[in-house]
Amino acid sequence: MELYLIFPELVLLLCALLVIFSDLLGARKEALAGLAVLGLLIAARLAMELVGPDKGGVAFAGAIVVDDFALIFKFLFLVSTLLVVLASVEYVERFEGVAGEYYAVLLLACVGMMLMASAQEFITLYLSLELTGISLYTLTGLLRDARSSEAGIKFLLLGAVSSAVLLYGIAVLFGLTGTTSLPQMAPAVASGFQENRLPLLLATALLMAGLGFKLATVPFQMWVPDVYEGAPTPVTAFLSVASKSAGFVVVLRVFHTALGRDPLAADWAAIFAGLSLASMTLGNVVAIQQGNIKRMMGYSSIAQAGYLLVGLAVVPQSGVSGVLFFLVSYTVTNLGAFIAIIALSDKLNSDRISDYAGVWQRAPFLASGLALCLLSLTGVPPTAGFFAKLFIFNVAVQQNLLWLVVAGVLNSVVSAYFYVGVIREMFLGAPVDRTPVAVAAPVALALFLAVAGTFILGVFPGPAMSVASAAAGSLVP
Amino acid sequence: MTGLPWLSVLVFLPVAGALLLALLPAQRPLLVKQAAAVITLLDLLLAGMLWTAFDASSTAIQFVHQAPWVPPLKITYYLGVDGLSLPLVLLTALLGFLAVLVSWNINHRVKLYFALLLVLQTGVLGVFTALDFVLFFLFWEVELLPMYLLIAIWGSPPPLGRREYSAMKFLIYTILGSAFMLVGLLALYFSTGTFNLVDMARADLRNTAVPATLIFWLIFFAFAVKLPVFPFHTWLPDAHTDAPTAVSVILAGVLLKMGGYGMLRICVSLFPQVAYTWAPTLALLAVVNVLYGALVTLRQGDLKRLIAYSSVSHMGYVLLGIAALGEVGLTGAVLQMVTHGTITGLLFALVGLVYDKTHTRQIPELGGLAHRMPFIATVFMIAGLASLGLPTMSGFASEFLVFVGTFPVFGWYTLLGASGIVLTAGYILWMLERSFFRGPLARFDHVGDATLLERVPLVVLVATIMIVGLWPRAVTDVIRAGLQPILSRLG
Repeated sequence: MELYLIFPELVLLLCALLVIFSDLLGARKEALAGLAVLGLLIAARLAMELVGPDKGGVAFAGAIVVDDFALIFKFLFLVSTLLVVLASVEYVERFEGVAGEYYAVLLLACVGMMLMASAQEFITLYLSLELTGISLYTLTGLLRDARSSEAGIKFLLLGAVSSAVLLYGIAVLFGLTGTTSLPQMAPAVASGFQENRLPLLLATALLMAGLGFKLATVPFQMWVPDVYEGAPTPVTAFLSVASKSAGFVVVLRVFHTALGRDPLAADWAAIFAGLSLASMTLGNVVAIQQGNIKRMMGYSSIAQAGYLLVGLAVVPQSGVSGVLFFLVSYTVTNLGAFIAIIALSDKLNSDRISDYAGVWQRAPFLASGLALCLLSLTGVPPTAGFFAKLFIFNVAVQQNLLWLVVAGVLNSVVSAYFYVGVIREMFLGAPVDRTPVAVAAPVALALFLAVAGTFILGVFPGPAMSVASAAAGSLVP
Repeated sequence: MTGLPWLSVLVFLPVAGALLLALLPAQRPLLVKQAAAVITLLDLLLAGMLWTAFDASSTAIQFVHQAPWVPPLKITYYLGVDGLSLPLVLLTALLGFLAVLVSWNINHRVKLYFALLLVLQTGVLGVFTALDFVLFFLFWEVELLPMYLLIAIWGSPPPLGRREYSAMKFLIYTILGSAFMLVGLLALYFSTGTFNLVDMARADLRNTAVPATLIFWLIFFAFAVKLPVFPFHTWLPDAHTDAPTAVSVILAGVLLKMGGYGMLRICVSLFPQVAYTWAPTLALLAVVNVLYGALVTLRQGDLKRLIAYSSVSHMGYVLLGIAALGEVGLTGAVLQMVTHGTITGLLFALVGLVYDKTHTRQIPELGGLAHRMPFIATVFMIAGLASLGLPTMSGFASEFLVFVGTFPVFGWYTLLGASGIVLTAGYILWMLERSFFRGPLARFDHVGDATLLERVPLVVLVATIMIVGLWPRAVTDVIRAGLQPILSRLG
């Protein structure tokens, strides 16, 4: 049996059920969090077993593949979930009795994403996508106040529409090629439609639209600001990193495995270049006007998706490694920023940027951590964000996409204004009251890990880049 | 000078010091200041040791510290100095130490202030010693945030100044410049397959995938913003006016030099052909800088703004010397960077003292200060005369070299540029007369002269100005050695 290939997912599933049962039996919230952390750690340990040559493989008649590319994402999801669990230990007080469900559904979302990383067959892919999606809709509405519920409903409706569009695309592709398996689709796509690419382009466009929703790129970004603002902050953090990475894993897998040959590849690469430009520009320009930090981070995540798409605008392997390294950097950076925001918003009871005035005097650790992560999002060295941009823009220059790189760096300049705007508020503003902001130990640990990751990737990015390149090699030989 | 990688120690000592400061108790500001002074003094001594150990007869890069850093992108950790960078390294270390002394009366958030000052110093020293383009870029950007915070937190508060506006303006201008540098850097890597600046300078860049002229101007833009070159200079007067004294000293003294140094180290070294083709344009920009800067300076009523605009004018001479692309002109340009660093650093320190004592920087409100502060007035006069290029002072040596070097190449431009000296004499002398040499004013009766501690930086800088003025070869011999590789490529 190849069951061992999905042991990490099975363990997490089991853990999610255990959390729910322990909650029923009246376990304390801290114990539930501890259980979730334990499950995640065991899953990570089991996933470690799959790392290395001849360790991975294909399971369930080609529906599931475990390669370096899938594994890098699985670790990314595990780490994201782990940090979000640690960061929410205080926040769960607001969930009034559904803390157990919160942890369990979070784990389920993680399972879905890990399966998305491994799926190389459309039915499996769609199912894991829906598992993730439904978990995320639930999490978004978990606060059960007006904003949170509105965000949950909005997310659900738009998510359902995007899933439908995606299904259309899958159906068209199935009709054209007679298979739902990505690797088997590839030769049919490459050989069968040399004369008339139109049906294929239609399918590609439908896939792009359906998956663009998960990536939160322009023009499928409309849900982002409201959902980011209304969702519980730890869920927003999770959406901004894990959900985005999950979108990218599917896009990369589908487009490179099934649709990855010219001339079709050149077509979608050109479209992604356009989407990239639109996303980074719209995200950054609109983020400037935001007064709510969660909305600002929402637009920021749209802009970051734009930078990421630069890696899809170039077809070869180097583009994939660019996206992978960028995602790793973005995940630790954005999580770091959000963990600080979770801790602060919990104590300040506000998400307004103007209420961050003088936070540096009240919580120097949170403020400096947030500042470093914001600089990393801007792309200022020595942080992860700098090398992420250097790496991905370098790939684009090598492919003669200089115009896109110029657009990217100019966008970074625009983004400096609002990222530094938050830093300005924290360091220059006068605090309304001077009581120090206490941080719970798990939250502090999560922030420390994320900030350390951001800094280490900014000083010694070499090993992570090599891993990203190797993983890209397993997807695009 | 073997054993430790001294250059790395020099560069990273300040940032290590900043971490040390963070551990000191906030209730003991004096201890923080003393620690900062000791660290920067050690750094200065180290720079002095490197200066004496430097072999000026060799054109090679010395005190090299090289190690692989990011192998997938072939980025190396590569520090080294040659005659081009060594004078600027020494200047940075000197002004870094003096800036700490100048800041002795800072009493607001002392730890953060001195820590940022030290981080800033690491950034600038790194720029002058990095020989890998990515490392260079990294240090170039490290300077951003400390500078932003230093201006925004300790600058002139409203309604006197607009510190937050000025700080943000500085930040956005610099980031815009470095954004273009980043594109140029990647285009260069695409063409040469290396980030090593020494290898790049040896590579044939005439037929690059991205046109060499485009790369040249992309990178030049970043340095032009920093130098600053008209019309990208508008951040400078604002930043200077609103910066605290010591930060003005560092900004004028060394940060602007990063621009001139970058032009030489990267634009001219890598693209001699492009530089040669566009030299007349560069010279025109330089002359506009000199004259526009000087004319605007004439009508400034704020002492600090006046010195700031005079910097715009004087940095024009650096660009003029570079545009000549000959040994004498380039030597003059580098020497001008060093002398301007000391002279303008001194002027800003003096303006800071005058403001501390009189609480105004408006020239019309001053007057007759020489009666109350003879020492400051004397030093101010010396600095002013050095700034207008009086022989025996360092300003004369460098500007003279620039003119001698550029006259054979661009006759008229040189004459126009040299007429800037007349304007300089005008605004300097007029400013001195209005501020110091009129009848004593009753409202300044209780104003005192510089204290002993305040005199130290002044005396050191005056001594430097005199030594370089009387014996410029002490510096020019080193500079010449550093220029040889560039000159051989210019042919």
